[in-house]
Amino acid sequence: MPGSRMTGPIASALLVVASFAAVVALLARCAGLNDRGPWVATITYGGAYGRAVEEAVLVPFAGQTGLRVEVDGFGGGLAQIRAQVDAGRVFWDVVDVETAEAVRGCEEGLFEWVAIADMLPAPDGTSAADDFKVEQQTQCAIPGVSFSTAVAYNEDLFPGEKPGTIHDFFDLEKFPGRRGMRRAPEANLEFAIMGDGVSRAEVYNVLGTEEGLQRAFDKLSSIKDHIVWWEAGAQPPQMLADREVAMSTAYNGRIFNAQVLENQPFSIVWDGQIVDQAQMAIVAGTPRLDAARRLLRFFTSTEAQAGIAGRIAYGPARLSSDALVSTHLATGVEMAPHLPTYPANLEKALQTDARWWSARRDDLHERFSTWLIR
Amino acid sequence: MTALKPDLKSGPTTPHVCFEAVSKSYDGKTLVVHSLDLEVARGEFLTLLGPSGSGKTTILMLLAGFEVPSAGVIRVAGKPVQDLPPRKRGIGMVFQNYALFPHMTVRENLEFPLEARSVAAQAREERVARAMDLVRLSGLAGRRPAQLSGGQQQRVAIARALVFEPELVLMDEPLGALDRSLREEMQYEIRSIQRRLGVTMVYVTHDQREAMVMSDRIAVLRGGRIEQIAGPEGLYEEPERVFVANFIGENNRLDAEVTSVEKHLCEVVTGGETIRAIKVADCEVGDTVTLSMRPERVAVNPRDGLYSNETDAIVEDVVFLGGQLRVRMTACGSDQIVAKIPNMLGHGGLLVGDTVRIGWAVADCRALAAEPAHS
Amino acid sequence: MTARWRAAALVLPLLIYTVVTFLVPLTTMLVRSFYDPVVAEVLPGVLAALDDWNGSGDPPEPAWEAAATDLRAAAEAGTVGRVASRVGRVDPDLRTVLPGTAFALAEGGLRPARGQTWHDVMVSVDSAWASPDTWRGIKEGGRRFTSRHYLNAVDLTRGPDGSVAARPEDRRIYLPLFWRTLQVSLAVTLLCLVLGYPVAHLIAHASPRKRGILLALVLVPFWTSLLARTTSWIVLLQNQGVINDLLVATGLVADDGRLALVYNMAGTLIAMAHVLLPFMVLSLYSVMNSISPQYMRAAASLGARPWHAFRKVYWPQSLPGVGAGCLMVFILAIGYYITPALVGGSSGQLISNMVAYHMQQSLNWGLAAALGVLMLGGVMLLYVLYDRLTGGRVGIR
Repeated sequence: MPGSRMTGPIASALLVVASFAAVVALLARCAGLNDRGPWVATITYGGAYGRAVEEAVLVPFAGQTGLRVEVDGFGGGLAQIRAQVDAGRVFWDVVDVETAEAVRGCEEGLFEWVAIADMLPAPDGTSAADDFKVEQQTQCAIPGVSFSTAVAYNEDLFPGEKPGTIHDFFDLEKFPGRRGMRRAPEANLEFAIMGDGVSRAEVYNVLGTEEGLQRAFDKLSSIKDHIVWWEAGAQPPQMLADREVAMSTAYNGRIFNAQVLENQPFSIVWDGQIVDQAQMAIVAGTPRLDAARRLLRFFTSTEAQAGIAGRIAYGPARLSSDALVSTHLATGVEMAPHLPTYPANLEKALQTDARWWSARRDDLHERFSTWLIR
Repeated sequence: MTALKPDLKSGPTTPHVCFEAVSKSYDGKTLVVHSLDLEVARGEFLTLLGPSGSGKTTILMLLAGFEVPSAGVIRVAGKPVQDLPPRKRGIGMVFQNYALFPHMTVRENLEFPLEARSVAAQAREERVARAMDLVRLSGLAGRRPAQLSGGQQQRVAIARALVFEPELVLMDEPLGALDRSLREEMQYEIRSIQRRLGVTMVYVTHDQREAMVMSDRIAVLRGGRIEQIAGPEGLYEEPERVFVANFIGENNRLDAEVTSVEKHLCEVVTGGETIRAIKVADCEVGDTVTLSMRPERVAVNPRDGLYSNETDAIVEDVVFLGGQLRVRMTACGSDQIVAKIPNMLGHGGLLVGDTVRIGWAVADCRALAAEPAHS
Repeated sequence: MTARWRAAALVLPLLIYTVVTFLVPLTTMLVRSFYDPVVAEVLPGVLAALDDWNGSGDPPEPAWEAAATDLRAAAEAGTVGRVASRVGRVDPDLRTVLPGTAFALAEGGLRPARGQTWHDVMVSVDSAWASPDTWRGIKEGGRRFTSRHYLNAVDLTRGPDGSVAARPEDRRIYLPLFWRTLQVSLAVTLLCLVLGYPVAHLIAHASPRKRGILLALVLVPFWTSLLARTTSWIVLLQNQGVINDLLVATGLVADDGRLALVYNMAGTLIAMAHVLLPFMVLSLYSVMNSISPQYMRAAASLGARPWHAFRKVYWPQSLPGVGAGCLMVFILAIGYYITPALVGGSSGQLISNMVAYHMQQSLNWGLAAALGVLMLGGVMLLYVLYDRLTGGRVGIR
């Protein structure tokens, strides 16, 4: 969940800590310290999202089932999961990964197969298959909450006309100031090609051609000198607050937190927001497969999804959850307009095509890096 | 070696080195050097002798320019130098532990001062060769200091201090790191080099034997002051202070009360014995003085009437020293009276517990101002 | 003999620790850079049948049947994904062809009808099988021992005919990154040396009390987390940051001419030099501490000006510290990437970022390992060079 965690290098620093914690947890288990009834293990990214998941999902799950839930810290990436699978010693059961990771992990055989059809129906009896907002991206994972990468700006820097579309992000004359972007090709290529006038429906078709890709890179090149690259999800709100950048791509949850908890004068340009889902998967070969499936079903249930959305500005995976989301539990702010899946926001959104990315990711990363150092 | 001999620029009457009321304090309170007045003549070998903490090294550092005096003037060849940096004083210096540059060969070490003075390459080579020759190190030019023995390092250090032909050379305990036989050999060698080149030498040591062997004059220092300055013989034969008498050679000391005073002599009483002594201290009847006698001037069982000072003594200890016997006795209320007597027939019969007669000449017994035992 | 055993017993715990936590994982990683048996184990029949195939034209008939058998088995065993990701790195198109065919075979239970061959079945499932490229991809990806990762890591590629050629210009990424990493590391090392040398000198020749305080000051950065230090640099250096505010307040810089000190090379150098400076200072200090002040006095008494004395006497003796410090900072800088990534902007992309990417995101551990081996080799080479250059000098100390 990029919205609430750090990625890239920071993740690797966390990785070390997390692996250490995992080893300690494993040793503790081997020593029989945890021999206190049936249990199931999952991971947490910490932060606001981690807290939301704990309160809305893990605690009620443990209460209802009597299963103990073990939680390990996690920094993203597939390296740790792969290490567990390769070693044949799986100690995480249910994991929450990015869509591209879910697709990649599925290809690598890191996850069990799961199906939306096996998830719980909505409270009114609607089948799960009809209740999920998006289809399964891979047979290895169930979509979870939706988050988005969108353009945000500091209102104070644009006293007159405010940026309103994705085109404005690339318009340095009309809206002068530096731009923040994540140092990765993901989302940036989509923003660029939309900024160059391609309709949302055509984004991946156009990017699929060499000319289209070149167009996207050219568009990025047109503002390259004004881009400040960020790595961690925490950076964009900070850079906006410090006026280091006038506009930045950012995870919507981070911007929401800055808006309601710190009263920052930030606005999100929902036009061209790129929506992605958390993917809930079960690590292949877990000895607690049954408990893992129970947790997965609970995690993707109507109530659990609504519970998360009441705590952080991520859209629930299920239609039936929307009715249950009203105000932010901490501040009383009306949640709906802040969610990527709010109808008015969603109609300007681009859904990430994880399969498209999965096939080209390495290639595009190399190409992006090449472009970056030119 | 004549080329190394310095020209006598200033007349022989001007002292080469002159300290005028020089004081030094590091903390502004305690004086390490007390208003020092000292003159060193051109070509003289002067040794600063004293225990650690006596200020001898500080005086050397003041002269070399590594310390700045708190007060007073230091002159070299008549010119005040206290404000000149060391490199402008033109003084050769040999450090404790030599301070040879470990990353340079012997040749490079010797070339260093010449290079610093921009001596032309050709002349440099000649001078290095001569200096190496002087300390008998030819053939070792390519070695590094770590590849040399202690004695060889010492010679390199001396050569380096001389190679730029200074008129004044300072040495700070240069022989401390050598073993005894090498040390003695080097003492004579340094002395001979100094004589041959005619340079003025200020030498620091805590070893009184070394000072005696090498020096023209010795300044005995204590607590930042000069106790006495004289030639080796003068210091030994005519110490003016108890400290000097004790520091140079072995000494018998007896505290005594003055009973009568003449012009140059006095009569004192100690342990019930009346003794006549040379009056060095400025004393009155009733004062306490300290008598000083050299052990080899104390005779055991002398012929009757030879000495005016005579008393009974009980032998406490006899040590065989080869050419001499060292006899410790109780006499005049002290059990630390020592006599060194020639190892001749007839003296071998001394046994511990024997009562003997001892005696000494008035001229060999000096009444010095009393001092606390340890200072 | 007992003394030897006792010595062995004393180092044994550390030895075991090192072997288990360092040598074994490291070796496993290194082996991955040239050895990958997964494809060979999952598709043994195909690879055996392709053994004699020269790479042009249709492969022999047994290969078709073997491919069908192996792929179906792989689909059932759940191993086809791993094969696909590996072969996909040789030829991206195969990433989807292999699983697609495998699942079609497994689920449809396809067999050749009368008059058909396996050839016909395979081509009917996916026309890609008609192309020799597909088979070449499998053959190439099936090699247990491969130089592919190393070629990739230096921007080379092997053509269909086996010849090695440079990758197209817009795909040459690793050599430029190696080059940039080298430049950044060298610049940081130099900066650390220039900044650290006087400080180390001051500490080494200060009074013991002052020395303690100064050393503590140098060590303070060690007690702060790397992230905290890096982010504080952002706060200090950014456009509206403390330093720019100060410059504007003192009138040195106009408000609209604020200096770009972060998210560029300047930021990278400043922050990295700060992070690595203690290593330089401590290396220098440990050597300078053993240089007696007597040497400088001796040089002065021999007539040398301070600069001459420093250059000829002090500097050469401090060289072992300079070498050790530079080597240490350089090696650390080469592998460093959190700091440049956060404050470096586009210049913060260094070779280790790509290693991390391939370790964590693309799971191309073979390539990550190859890049790692090249870095390790470079550092080793540097060390040997350093040892050669300074060996004699260090020896006399």
